[in-house]
Amino acid sequence: MHDDDEALTAEGAARRRFLYGTGAFTTGLATSLPPVAGIAATPHEIAAKAAGAAMPVRLNVNGHDYDLMLEPRVTLLDALREYIGLAGTKKGCDRGQCGACTVLVNDRRINACLALAVAHAGDRIRTVEGLAEGASSLHPVQAAFIEHDGFQCGYCTPGQVCSAVAMLAEVRAGTVSAATADVRRTVPVQLTDAEIRERMSGNLCRCGAYVGIVAAIRDASTRT
Amino acid sequence: MRAFDYIQPTTVDAAVKALADRETRCLAGGTNLLDLMKGNVEQPARLVDITHLPLKDVDMSPDGRMRIGALVRNSDLANHPAVRERYPLLSQALVSGASPQLRNMATVGGNLLQRTRCHYFTDVGFAACNKRKPGSGCAAREGSNRIHAIFGTSEQCIATHPSDMCVALAALDAEIEVRGATGLRRIPIGSFHRLPGTTPERDTELRHGELITAVLLPPSHFAAHSHYLKVRDRASYEFALVSVAMALDVDGNRVRDARIALGGVAPRPWRARAAERALIGRPLDATALAAAGRAAVEGAQPYRDNAFKVELAQRAVVRAAMIAGGLA
Repeated sequence: MHDDDEALTAEGAARRRFLYGTGAFTTGLATSLPPVAGIAATPHEIAAKAAGAAMPVRLNVNGHDYDLMLEPRVTLLDALREYIGLAGTKKGCDRGQCGACTVLVNDRRINACLALAVAHAGDRIRTVEGLAEGASSLHPVQAAFIEHDGFQCGYCTPGQVCSAVAMLAEVRAGTVSAATADVRRTVPVQLTDAEIRERMSGNLCRCGAYVGIVAAIRDASTRT
Repeated sequence: MRAFDYIQPTTVDAAVKALADRETRCLAGGTNLLDLMKGNVEQPARLVDITHLPLKDVDMSPDGRMRIGALVRNSDLANHPAVRERYPLLSQALVSGASPQLRNMATVGGNLLQRTRCHYFTDVGFAACNKRKPGSGCAAREGSNRIHAIFGTSEQCIATHPSDMCVALAALDAEIEVRGATGLRRIPIGSFHRLPGTTPERDTELRHGELITAVLLPPSHFAAHSHYLKVRDRASYEFALVSVAMALDVDGNRVRDARIALGGVAPRPWRARAAERALIGRPLDATALAAAGRAAVEGAQPYRDNAFKVELAQRAVVRAAMIAGGLA
């Protein structure tokens, strides 16, 4: 549990990354940091110059900048969880099929498991940790999920909540869905249960808490 | 995922230059490529992230043509006011595919280059797949082939093309603009995707080193009577078993013109020209609809598990025409 607790704070995780980066741990985390003056390059550092070497990336997450050394193959999901230490975003299928990893990038919902972290330098990334206004208040969608039992085990919930926040903004913007009767008509979206289900179809819940999820989103749509 | 180098060019010229390397792949939305890389189906040594190229505009010309930049995201295209108004079929097809999250990432160019979801292709645990490993055989021919093609197959491959967007583009007579080292060229959507023949590893006519820059749409007179019908195993977020892009130009009750393309049944969006001929010049009645349905599946060649697609495609054509024509 101590490892998990440490990972929950950005500072703790950043410290671990620093230790890896200095070569104190010879894990597979190759880095291209310059060798310390006066010390010959180790085989590890030579390998780091091979294909896919780590590169500096600055990610802006929930309003904070994080300077990281990441291999290009590190997904945004892994960068958030393993390098920054924000474990709220969940890894479900890791193949873009379940939506547990949903985060907001420049206010749009995406699957963080199918995005490369290096491709999102300069973007505004928001995770479930960044939704609430302050430490003591919840985002209206979070509050509605609690009120309507929008979960059982809770593993898909951060993705559901992030997805719902973006979905409600999409509805306010008048976007079309597969449930839209006539896409040629630009009329306000009526957020029926069928519309909620279609627009939330990218988020699976293995516990089957869909009845509560739909109720929570229906309720939150009147509060946000 | 195998390690790879990553570059992020900002001009089309620089991107095309980088693509000359055999081990290089383009990265746009990444929704299909990164998935294939995680499964070791694709193992490029270098990715060229093209998302910073200036290919993100949708332009209308005064004569009613539309030029769609290759990097326009699927969700943005579906919601573009001019697409909703003039090409509602395309908007409908786009929102029928994938999930909202994936549509926010996926691009038009990437959608055109989607690879098949044949289980034997996407899972390297299966030894035989001519598309993934030329000469290794086709496990689907004798295997579980419920989702596979009934048109355009070969001894070597019976996989379907997975896109919804491309089915609408086929009905709308789109052209694909591509840029290579020697300049620009245009490829009609009908010949952009290849039939497998003896070289199923090549999905499209795109040559090595070429980059898709835009999709071009001619003016459409089908906006008032079109419909994209998708039939699948669950209500949403699933690939088509059969889909129909139906575009009609109806004068009173008479069909002046028709475009019909099928998805989920062939290695490429399958234009059903015989079904179009069965409708053109006729009243949109039960006789013409039945004839169009029958014509749509002429020459179908089902396999062990997918014979149901023949009947399903026929009924889907009838249903889509009824909805497009305002009869249902």
